[in-house]
Amino acid sequence: MFDWLLLLEWVAKSGILLFILLTGFAYTTFYERKLAARIQVRQGPNRTGPGGWLQPAADGVKLIFKEELIPASAYKFVFILAPILTVLPALVIMAVVPWGPTINFFGRNIPLHIADVNVAILYILSVASISVYGIVLAGWSSNNKYAMMGGLRSSAQMLSYEIALGLSFVGPMLIAGSMSLNDIVEAQRGLWFIFLQPLGAFIFYVAMLAEVNRAPFDMPEAEQELTAGYHTEYSGMKFALFFMGEYIKMIAVSAIFAALFLGGYRGPFVDQWPLLGPVYLLIKIIASLGLMIWIRATLPRLRYDRLMAFGWKTLLPLSLLNVFVTAVVIVLLEL
Amino acid sequence: MTLQQIEITADELKHLVSERAHTGETMLLNMGPQHPSTHGVLRLLLELDGETVVNCIPDVGFLHTGIEKNIEAKTYEKSETMTDRLDYLNTMGNNLAYCLAVEKLVDLDVPERAQAIRVIFAELQRIASHLVWLGTAGLDLAAMSIFLYCFREREKILDIMEMCSGQRMMTTYFRPGGLWRDTTAEFEPAVRAFIDTFSKQVDEYEGLLSNNPIFLDRTKNIGKLTGKDAIAWGVTGPSLRGSGVKYDLRKEEPYSGYEQYDFDIPTYEEGDVYARYRVRIDEFRQSLRIVRQALDKLPKGPFRSNNRKFVPPPRAELGNSMEAVIHHFKLWTEGFPAPKASVYVPVESPRGELGVFLEGDGGPKPYRCYWRTPSFVNLQILPMLSKGHFVADLVAIIGSIDIVLGDVDR
Repeated sequence: MFDWLLLLEWVAKSGILLFILLTGFAYTTFYERKLAARIQVRQGPNRTGPGGWLQPAADGVKLIFKEELIPASAYKFVFILAPILTVLPALVIMAVVPWGPTINFFGRNIPLHIADVNVAILYILSVASISVYGIVLAGWSSNNKYAMMGGLRSSAQMLSYEIALGLSFVGPMLIAGSMSLNDIVEAQRGLWFIFLQPLGAFIFYVAMLAEVNRAPFDMPEAEQELTAGYHTEYSGMKFALFFMGEYIKMIAVSAIFAALFLGGYRGPFVDQWPLLGPVYLLIKIIASLGLMIWIRATLPRLRYDRLMAFGWKTLLPLSLLNVFVTAVVIVLLEL
Repeated sequence: MTLQQIEITADELKHLVSERAHTGETMLLNMGPQHPSTHGVLRLLLELDGETVVNCIPDVGFLHTGIEKNIEAKTYEKSETMTDRLDYLNTMGNNLAYCLAVEKLVDLDVPERAQAIRVIFAELQRIASHLVWLGTAGLDLAAMSIFLYCFREREKILDIMEMCSGQRMMTTYFRPGGLWRDTTAEFEPAVRAFIDTFSKQVDEYEGLLSNNPIFLDRTKNIGKLTGKDAIAWGVTGPSLRGSGVKYDLRKEEPYSGYEQYDFDIPTYEEGDVYARYRVRIDEFRQSLRIVRQALDKLPKGPFRSNNRKFVPPPRAELGNSMEAVIHHFKLWTEGFPAPKASVYVPVESPRGELGVFLEGDGGPKPYRCYWRTPSFVNLQILPMLSKGHFVADLVAIIGSIDIVLGDVDR
């Protein structure tokens, strides 16, 4: 017999995750504005609600009611499809990230993740790279020269970081001996992988900044050069979708970073109180987001040809070296 | 003529772009006049091969104000307010150039105290202008925070300017023959407090940028200008000194008593964006030196000339001196006449040689007024510097030659 309760459990978990990601997106923008403001001796938004806490809601309402402009010469179908293609992968990618151990809920054991896929890492790599299509198509379909250059830059950018990103997954994978994120998190029970794989963690963090188009790798939307890059022609909710895609992806890659290198949901007393797991994960995500914002407020932007050189000439050899050394050490220890 | 006809179309610029643009092999991109990093309403028509700039054609005139022509319709004293609006980041410097020209034309002497205060304000203004430059040039490379740090410091200078002139930007504080008013009592402590904090702040800016690998990568060997080319194109100011030519009007043709102060002229040989950045950073420190010296030996005495034919009498005299009333009336209704002669006075503005040419015709209004503005002349080298670079570098180069569109178009 089909387990209806299982279906209910899946739906509930997906619903909760979607809700957290969507509000998380709104409050990540708020977090960024507040933290960047503090770094830049400003106040940041402080007018809407107490301490500005309703600012994301006000922004959302504003964007929903804004007029949606589609340029006359745009390729309409692709123009509308592009923002959707950017957001969906960012949401879907979180399905394989565990946010806590199994909890007991009214006598029913509920694992705190949507899916424990045994090829989670391959899934992450393949889904994450879909969203670049959204950016390229947005740039192309807008029929705007700035947007097109933004789109082209983003494809050039993907070519440069993707391999290093893929290789930096290999380190934790080799140590844990599994591609499932659950297994990788459980393998960090004793020691976080960031201490075993400092170089791998660094490469992953750099590549993930490029993956989410964050400074200093935000060339596709470089406002000083390309006005707004690929989303120059977008307005209203379609524009918001691009932002949603970017910020949800920031949260998602931070969660993946936490799972791979910072022990995911693991922390003191998680085994006794499993509900602490999501809290630890949240703290780690917030720390990682804070670092991203700090980097954005501090560093100038790289030129896109420099990113290609950096990706191919620095990150790739380093990550190959990292994989090699890791593998040799593991083989030697097993002997 | 309709608007359509006045607009320059791509057809009219055909001879300026390469053959490949006609076949569609290269792309024509219109950058500006509304663009975040053209520093105002500068329009650039770019011919791009991929992202490489093949040709760059600046199109100026979007901020034309007709100030030069308007000056001919006003008396010497009244038209000074318009000079503030030329290079709006160097208002004190514009006032200074204009006042020096008028003083030279009518042969008017300026008291020591006024000259020293003029130097202090001209140097504070130079710091303020370089701060805006540093902030926006950093912003062009997406270094966000430096922009706000620079504006925080600039605010203190604007406060000092407001304290003395009543205005933050459009000061009109220097007048032919001296100053509008004497400085206030809080002036000296405020400037000293600023000097003390600012020298530390310059180190902080340098800490953020000078050795930052990304910043070095974006500025070194970008937009190289040789000293020979710079002289041939008439480039002046930090852009010239960044190309290794030691030329500064404050040393070459000292005015307002600059010869009394001890300061160096920073020069760098490389001629790239980074060299121009270094020059301006060093100028912060040199300007501070000048301000400190001028403040230390600030003479007491009158703040404007006592020559009543050109300088209005003090307010207090109007009640008890018929003579003063007559002078006041004549000056404010008719203005003072200038001889039939022409003068050219150059000063060192934050951007280079700012020169005023004035021709008197015996009456109270100039026959001709012409401003030799550094931004306009320096902008000429942009096409030469940007050729073969990326769009991202073009933005850095525009930032590095430090143009102000009010100064370009006047």
